[in-house]
Amino acid sequence: MKRRNILFSALGLVVLWQIFAMLVNRPILPAPSIVFIVFIEELKNGLVIHFFFSFWRVTAGMLLSVLVAAPVGLAIGGSKQLDRIFSPIIYLLYPIPKVVFVPVVLLFLGIGDIAKITLIFLILFFQIVVLVRDQAAGLPPQLIQSLHSLGAGRRALFRFIYLPASLPAILTALRQSIGTAVAVLYITELFATKFGLGYYIYYNGSTLFNYPAMYAGVIAMSLLGLGMYYAVDWLERKLCKWKFVS
Amino acid sequence: MQVTATLKVTVTFNMINVNSISFGYPHSAPIFQNFNWQIQRGEMWAIIGSSGCGKTTLLYLLAGLCFPTQGSIEIDGERLTRPRPRSGLILQDYGLLPWATVRENAGLGLRVHDFYGEDGKHTPKNFQPENNVGQWLDRLGLNEVADKYPAQISGGQRQRTAIARTLALSPDLLLMDEPFSSLDAITRQDLQNLTLSLCEEQNLTFVIVTHAIEEAVSLGRRILLLDSSPRVFENPQAGQANYRNSKKYNELCNLLWKEMRHETA
Repeated sequence: MKRRNILFSALGLVVLWQIFAMLVNRPILPAPSIVFIVFIEELKNGLVIHFFFSFWRVTAGMLLSVLVAAPVGLAIGGSKQLDRIFSPIIYLLYPIPKVVFVPVVLLFLGIGDIAKITLIFLILFFQIVVLVRDQAAGLPPQLIQSLHSLGAGRRALFRFIYLPASLPAILTALRQSIGTAVAVLYITELFATKFGLGYYIYYNGSTLFNYPAMYAGVIAMSLLGLGMYYAVDWLERKLCKWKFVS
Repeated sequence: MQVTATLKVTVTFNMINVNSISFGYPHSAPIFQNFNWQIQRGEMWAIIGSSGCGKTTLLYLLAGLCFPTQGSIEIDGERLTRPRPRSGLILQDYGLLPWATVRENAGLGLRVHDFYGEDGKHTPKNFQPENNVGQWLDRLGLNEVADKYPAQISGGQRQRTAIARTLALSPDLLLMDEPFSSLDAITRQDLQNLTLSLCEEQNLTFVIVTHAIEEAVSLGRRILLLDSSPRVFENPQAGQANYRNSKKYNELCNLLWKEMRHETA
C-alpha cells in the first residue's frame, strides 16, 4: 500500500461523508470539517489517553494470540496424529461467536484489562491456528524430504522448515484479524471501564449525545487499525525479505 | 571353510545390497516382490522405466525415506533404518528453501549437522565437515547469485544450488531423482556433464532415476531397466568424451527404446 493511495482514498471518503452530511442534515451526522476540529480539541482533552488504553489492549491480545496460537498451529499442521485429534475440536469451537462469552469472561477474570485481552485472544486464537496449520500442512513434501535426506529429524524440520514457513502465515493471520480485533475491542470496552476508544465512542454517542466527539473517536479507532496494518506490513518486509524480491 | 570365505568377500564387496525386498503402497498392487540388486562402490547407475514402474520408489528406498515391507537394504554393511548421513539426495524440483538465499541454502546441510552435533544418528561420528560452501558455490558457478533467493534464479542455477548443498556434506553416495527433466536441453546437458565430472572427482557412487533414455545412456555405466522383469544393460563407455556422438551410444538408445516399447505394447 502506497501512502499516496491511502491519502487519496481518505480524501474520497471525506468527500462522500460531506455529501451524506449535507443530504441528511441532522446532528447525528456532522460534517467532516466539524469533526476534525473536535478531533484536534479532544486530543488535548483525553482522547490520546483513550487511544493508548485501546492500543495496549489490542496489541497485548494480538501478541498473546500469536505466541500461543502459532506453536499450536505448527504442531497440528506438522503432525497427522495431532491434526486428527485437535482439528475437529477447533472446527467445533471456531464458529462460536466468542462475544457471547463476555459475561462469562468478566465473571471469571474480573473487570480489568485481563478480561478484555482474553476476549481478543479467544477470537484471534482460532484464526491464527487455522491459518498456520494450513500453511504447515501444505508445505511441499519435496522440501521436507530434501531436509530429511540432509539428516534432519523432527526438531531440525521444525527449526529449518516449519518455523520460517509459518512466519508469512502468522503475518497474514494478523493482518486478517486486525479488523476483527478492533471490532471486538469496541465491545469489550463497553463494559466496566472508563478508558478506551470503545468507552469513549459509546459514552459520547449514547450518553452525552456529543456526535462530533463520537466521530472523533471513530476516526481515532480507524487510525489505530491503520497503524496496525502498517506495523504488520513493516514486519513482513523485515522478516520475509524473500517475498519482496523480483 | 572355502565357502564361508567367499561369502564374506562378496558381502564386503558390494556397497549396497538390496536383499529380496517387497514394497507396495497401501490399496495398490505391490511394486517390488523379492527384488534383488547390488551396487559396488564407485559404480554409476541409471534407473529407467515408464511412469509408475517404481523407479522413484526404489531411489527413496535407497535414501531411507521409505522402507521395504519385506527384505532389507544394506549400505556399507549396515541395515538402512533412516536417511543415511553420507547419502546425498537431489530431487527434480530442487527442494530449496524459498526464504533462504542461495548461499544459505547451500549451507543448509552443514547447519542441520551443527544443529545436532556429531550424534552418529543424524550426523556421522567423527565428521567434521570443513565449511567449504564458498568453495562449492565457486565450483558450481554460483558466486554471482549467492545472495539471491531461489525465486530469482534460473532452474539450472537452482539445481546447481541443490548440488552444492549436497556436495558440501562430502557424501559418498549421490542419489538423483529426475534432476534435470524440467531444464532446457542445453542446461540439461551442461549439468549432466558437470555431474559426470563431479562423480569422477569426488569418487562418488551414483544412482540417477530418469525417464529419458538419452540421459540414462549418457550417465549410467550400468542401466537398470525397471519393468515386469527388471534387467541390467552394461554401458561402460558412458562419460567418455564424445560418447554421445558414437555409434555405440545410438545403438544402446535404440535397444532401450525397443525394450521399453515392447513392454508397454
